[in-house]
Amino acid sequence: MLVRKVASDRDRAAFARLFDALMPRVKAYVLRLGADDASAEEVAQEVMLLMWRKADSFDPARAAVTTWIFTIARNKRIDLLRRERRPAVDPDDPALLPDAPPAADQLVEQANSEERLRTAMRGLPPEQARLIAMAFFEDRSHSAIAAATNLPLGTVKSRIRLAIERLRRSIPD
Amino acid sequence: MPVLQPTHHPADEHLLDYAAGAASEGLALLLATHLTLCPECRRKAAAMEQLGGTLIEELPPAAIAADARERCLALLDAPEPAAESRSAVTAVTNPVSAAPLLPRALRDRVGGDIDTLRWSPVLRGVDQALLVEGPGGARTRLMRIRAGHAVPQHTHRGTEFVCVLAGGFSDLSGHFGRGDVAVSDESVDHQPTADADGDCICLAVTEAPVRLTGRFWRLLNPFVRF
Ligand SMILES: [Zn+2]
Repeated sequence: MLVRKVASDRDRAAFARLFDALMPRVKAYVLRLGADDASAEEVAQEVMLLMWRKADSFDPARAAVTTWIFTIARNKRIDLLRRERRPAVDPDDPALLPDAPPAADQLVEQANSEERLRTAMRGLPPEQARLIAMAFFEDRSHSAIAAATNLPLGTVKSRIRLAIERLRRSIPD
Repeated sequence: MPVLQPTHHPADEHLLDYAAGAASEGLALLLATHLTLCPECRRKAAAMEQLGGTLIEELPPAAIAADARERCLALLDAPEPAAESRSAVTAVTNPVSAAPLLPRALRDRVGGDIDTLRWSPVLRGVDQALLVEGPGGARTRLMRIRAGHAVPQHTHRGTEFVCVLAGGFSDLSGHFGRGDVAVSDESVDHQPTADADGDCICLAVTEAPVRLTGRFWRLLNPFVRF
């Protein structure tokens, strides 16, 4: 587990391997959102540094590495490019209403769910997949998507709901 | 007494806006508040973030500077910047109890729990504390409706999101308690009334100023930026 090695042993070789795998993807993500090359490189590098500093907060039972990196990259680009604060849920907040702990078999399923999610994503009707991609890669809320595509708001909502329902059925709760 | 889970939730498209990072700052604050109080929506949002991870993996990798890795490795030992980012938390001035009323995202914003707030009166029985002002008159604020009082009847120019933090209120669509989210658009004309047994405190996000519709309030419309 590379992130573990980074967290517990401060293993630079493990970090370098994560860097090679993730840096080009994170930069591609920020470029897709409309940043110029220099800004995208800067944001992506910041994300890599955060990965080094926050490695001990990564919980493999809760999320895949790419999901964890996605959330760091998303927050960082809101912070650096939109210059806004990203309000987040603190899992250690005393105000948090706790969830029932997942059963052991659910955890195993969760670990295997990445591939199923990818397959489900490829199986989405193109008009649904397009709206999902716009939300993630164009910084557009669903109402902004409706405005940009000239689709009625109700159509955008129902397509998003259909897509989410379909994707959710592919992964365990 | 068992803590009840919310029964009124934001829709999938709102959670997607939040997970994708496309929600406005005010709406993100409201959704982080609901998610802190709603395990069910937390699971949904986590699944949507997983989707974000999958989408990043499928992107064709971008070309990076030849020395990018070297430069990054050299920075690993650099001291951590004092403020990690612009999203660094506001100093919490008041001590927080073991069971704070406000979730972390809101406490960071106001600098403490509910007792930190400075309320300003809006109308009889209704106070507010403004948190964020956005473009086009969008506003995010905490509202306090005194027990048994009603907010003047109004419709909405944009969408209005309300998340209850304490007490509860009722309108035509039902009763809302801690953690519940009410979403109202142009088609909703309502008069939320706080429960009789205590003040109702909620977080309200409006995309544009609401329009008062009651006969008397309509006259006030130009004067009251409600
Ligand atoms: Zn919920």
